[in-house]
Amino acid sequence: MVAPLLPQFATTVYTQDDPAFPDGAVHDADLAVSWHHEVETVPTVIKVVDGVEVDRTFGWVRSEWQRLTGITDLGEALPPFRPGCGSLSVDPDRVDALRAMFAGHTLKSRRLELADLDDEMELMFDRGFTDGLPVVPPTEARVLRMLQGTSRPPDDIVAVVAPDLVEVSVEKVAVNAVMAGCKPEHLPWVIAALEAVCNDAFNIHGVLATTMPVGPVLVCNGPGTRAIGMNSEGNALGQGNRANLTIGRAVQLVIRNVGGGRPGEVDRATHGNPGKLSFCFAEREHDSPFTSLAVSRGFPRTADTVTAFAGEGPRCIVDQKVRTAPELANVFAACLRTLHSPKLVLAFDVILVIGPEHARVCADDGWDRDRLLAELHARLQLPGSELVDGALGIADGVPAHLRDVTLPKFRPDGILLVHAGGGAGLFSAMIGGWANGEMGSQPVTREVLP
Amino acid sequence: MSRYLMDPSSERSVPHRERLARPAALHGQVVGLLDIGKPRGDVFLDRLEQLLTDAGARVMRYKKPTFTKPAPVDLRHEIATQCTLVIEALAD
Repeated sequence: MVAPLLPQFATTVYTQDDPAFPDGAVHDADLAVSWHHEVETVPTVIKVVDGVEVDRTFGWVRSEWQRLTGITDLGEALPPFRPGCGSLSVDPDRVDALRAMFAGHTLKSRRLELADLDDEMELMFDRGFTDGLPVVPPTEARVLRMLQGTSRPPDDIVAVVAPDLVEVSVEKVAVNAVMAGCKPEHLPWVIAALEAVCNDAFNIHGVLATTMPVGPVLVCNGPGTRAIGMNSEGNALGQGNRANLTIGRAVQLVIRNVGGGRPGEVDRATHGNPGKLSFCFAEREHDSPFTSLAVSRGFPRTADTVTAFAGEGPRCIVDQKVRTAPELANVFAACLRTLHSPKLVLAFDVILVIGPEHARVCADDGWDRDRLLAELHARLQLPGSELVDGALGIADGVPAHLRDVTLPKFRPDGILLVHAGGGAGLFSAMIGGWANGEMGSQPVTREVLP
Repeated sequence: MSRYLMDPSSERSVPHRERLARPAALHGQVVGLLDIGKPRGDVFLDRLEQLLTDAGARVMRYKKPTFTKPAPVDLRHEIATQCTLVIEALAD
């Protein structure tokens, strides 16, 4: 439609697909001109003065073309507006390859060249880059696409990763996020999670090196959890959701590949737990009767956050007959007392994942987060006579001089309440922690930034 | 056409450092024993100290503030400057 107008003003015309149309056009065969001029719509008219772009318009907007060209009657016979078409340089089928061709040089990571007969999946195993499961091969195109998920530049340093204490860049996080199976919109969550675990408070070095079966448990909060499709409902702690699984996995791959934390080396776990592959889920906030974990830790409801907790695998708490909040607190307390050992106190925190049906029991009795936690702590004041070395016929315990004192099972902020799970089932879950406090690991929350 | 993957690792190779030659005897050596703070570690180290002392070594004892974290750099420096031998082991 506009081709007959072009000779009136255009000094150079580029065509993306048909080299013979319009007549005399330069064929942008590899789309380099379109890519480097960030053309998103064809036609795009760019006004250049002394080699510098000073103006552009796209699609056909007659008044804009007239303004830009200075030809006041340009295209008077044409309709006033046509939207144009998408540029081939942003075609979803081509954009990754174009980005690799034109922006691959911006990536600094070492390239691993594959021989003709190399199987890329096997190469990743052979090099020790996987967690025991296959990974998505991190090609330039995939890494560049992953980096579209964050506004942070690729060479920004995210954290210093233990045990080797290596600085990890956004780019290197993206490489591992590709391998984990993340989508670009997951990357900011992976970055926030790494910021949460790679610091002295969380102490990922100790979490990794311990013989206990713990790893980073990531609890995600905020509206973004739903935007990226995280699961906070049925099977939230299990398999089947890409965002949940790949965010947690990417964090562990960074610790393995960048930090050098591998089982049998610095990772000395006696048993480990399956959650060390990935343990990441969202809080079910939309119908929770409680304030969320993130709000309880000082963040606004509108913030997207990741809370890292050094935890083991989940254990189910069952009471299908409970109808009152005090009854529920009783069963919770009885189960929580057994955490790691019925006789170990104060040394370990816990995440209590309350299921919706149990939460409803609390709500029906008017118990909020603070009330439930207060009732649990009150029920978990334990007599020293049951806790000292040898008591109950169990060797491990507290020193004998504490026989006559009462000791709490948990420190005051040692129970982290999270609402998650499916709508059916009077169940909750507890996730035991590792050595807490400044001597061990503190839960750490970080905001997810775009 | 060549195929390439991006290296996900730290791309750091550990520098190789030669160990000092083993001493011919323990006599006259200053041996550091680092207690990482786990239960009954002191029992084990007490016994080691006795054996080393009997062999003519002088034993220096050190303790990490917490077993969960690496020894602080000051403590590592103290050990390095005071000892001629260090017995290093992983716990559990």
